[in-house]
Amino acid sequence: MLDRAPAEIAKDTATRRVRFRGAGFVPDSSRHGGWIALALVIALWQVAGSAGLVNPLFLPAPSAIAHAIYQLAISGALWQHVSASLLRIGVGWLLGTAAGVAVGFAIGLSRLARSVGITFISALFPIPKIALLPLLILWLGIGEEPKIATIALGVFFSTAISVYSGVDAVPRNLIRMAQSFNVPFATIVRKVIWPGALPAILAGFRITASVALLLVVSAEMVGAQYGIGAFVLQAGNLMQTDQLLAGVVILSVFGLAVGKVIGWLETRLLHWR
Amino acid sequence: MDLIANHISHRFGDLAVLDDVSFTVSAGEVVAIVGPSGCGKSTLLSILGGLLQPTSGAAELRGAPPADSLNPLTFVFQDFALLPWATVEENVEFPLLHAQLTAAQRRVLVEDALRRTGLTDFRTTYPKQLSGGMRQRVGISRALAVKPAILLMDEPLSALDSQTRELLMEDFVRLLADGGMGAVYVTHNLEEAARLADRIVVLSRRPGRIREVVTVPMTRAARGEIAAREQLLALQNQIWSLIRNEAIDAEREVQHA
Repeated sequence: MLDRAPAEIAKDTATRRVRFRGAGFVPDSSRHGGWIALALVIALWQVAGSAGLVNPLFLPAPSAIAHAIYQLAISGALWQHVSASLLRIGVGWLLGTAAGVAVGFAIGLSRLARSVGITFISALFPIPKIALLPLLILWLGIGEEPKIATIALGVFFSTAISVYSGVDAVPRNLIRMAQSFNVPFATIVRKVIWPGALPAILAGFRITASVALLLVVSAEMVGAQYGIGAFVLQAGNLMQTDQLLAGVVILSVFGLAVGKVIGWLETRLLHWR
Repeated sequence: MDLIANHISHRFGDLAVLDDVSFTVSAGEVVAIVGPSGCGKSTLLSILGGLLQPTSGAAELRGAPPADSLNPLTFVFQDFALLPWATVEENVEFPLLHAQLTAAQRRVLVEDALRRTGLTDFRTTYPKQLSGGMRQRVGISRALAVKPAILLMDEPLSALDSQTRELLMEDFVRLLADGGMGAVYVTHNLEEAARLADRIVVLSRRPGRIREVVTVPMTRAARGEIAAREQLLALQNQIWSLIRNEAIDAEREVQHA
C-alpha cells in the first residue's frame, strides 16, 4: 500500500470542483412573488370568464366582481354594510382583547388565577362561539349587543391564551436579573414581562383579527340587516354571485389590511428582534 | 460589609445539592468557588444573592453596606441577562429606574458605568448587535451602575471565546484592584480563580461540601509578573489534584444521567 500511494496520487492530477450541496431549506420568500402569482390567477380567471369557459352564474369574472364593488360603492350600500361590520368588529375586538389581555396576564402571573383560569379556558375555548349567539340574543336582546358579545367572546379566549403563553415564554433569566436588582413587581411586569410577551401577543392579534372577521360574518348571517355577512347571505339567496363575491373580496381586503397593520406594529414595536 | 454563608444546605426534591457550606467573604475580598460539575456552585451563589431559599442555613450580611450602594449584592450572569429590546444605555439604566434618583443622577451613574467598561460609544446599540464579550461588558456595566459592595459572578466568562475571556479577565482585575468592591466568583476555570481570587473555596462533588479553602499567596497586582506564573500554575495543579477524581466521576454521572 505504501509503495503504491505516490503512484496513485501522481495519476489523478485533474481538479474538480466540490459539488454545492447546501441549497434550499431557507425560510425566505421572494418580495413580489405572491403578488405576481395572485395577478396571474386573476388574469387566468378573467381570460376564462371572458372566453365563456366558465358560467358567470357560478363564477363571475373578476371584472364583473370589480363592477359590482363599484356599483355598491356609488350607491352608498358598500359603506353601509362595511361600516356596520367594522363597528361590530372594532367594538367586539377591543372588548375581547382588553379582557383577554387582563385575564392572560393574571394567569401568567398568579398561581391561583392560572389554576382557575386555565380550567375555564380549556372547558370553554373549544365551544364554537357562534353557537352561543341564540343564547346571547336571549340575554342581550335583538340588536348589536349579542353580535358584539359573540365577537368579544371569540377574541377573548384566543387573546388570553396567547397572552399567558407569551408571559410564560419570557426568559426566566431576565426576571431573575430584575429581581436581583430589587426591581418592584409592577416594574418587572411593565419593563420585562410586557415587552417579552409582546411578540406572542401581536401574533395573537393576527389570529384574533381573523376570528373577529369569521364571527362577524357568521353573526350577521344569523340575524342582521346590514353588514358584509348579511350582504353576502342576501346575494347568495338571490343568486347574485357577482355581489356575493364582491362581499368576499371586501372581506379578503379587510383581512389583508389588518395583516398589514399588525405587520407594521410588529416592525415598529419588535424592531429589536 | 461581609457576606456569610452560614451552614447552607440545599436539596432539590430528593437531590441533595449542598451540604453544610460555611465561609465568609470579607469587605473587598474576592472569593472564587470551584468544584466538579453539578457540585452546586451556581446554586450556592443564588442562595448567597437571595434568589433561592436554602433548605437549611442562611446567607447573612454583617456590617453596613457602603452609603452610596444602591444594590449591595449584585449579580453578573453567565448568559448576560440583557433586555434585548433595550439599548446598552437603557440596559445599564434599568436597575436605577426604581431607585429614588433624579434623571440627572441616573445619567451620571450610567455615564460612569459606561465609561469604566468602555461602552460609551455603544450606548444606542442593541444587544443583538454586540459580540458576546461586549454583551458581558454591558452586564458588568449594569452591575457597576448600582455601586455594589459585593459582585456575585456566575461563570461570567464561560460563554465567551478565549481571547475575549482574557480581555474581560483584565477588566475584572482592574475593577477589583482597589479593594473597594468584593466578589464571589463561581467558575470551573481554575486559571481564572487563581488570577482573580484572594481565596478559593473548593467544593466536593454533589452534595457540595467545602473540601478546602485555598489562600492565593500573593496580591492580584503581583500575579501579572512572569515569576508569579509558575507559582499560580502550581496552585492550579494543587486545586486540580483535589477535584480531578471527583470531576471525572461527575462527568461520568452526567453522561449516564
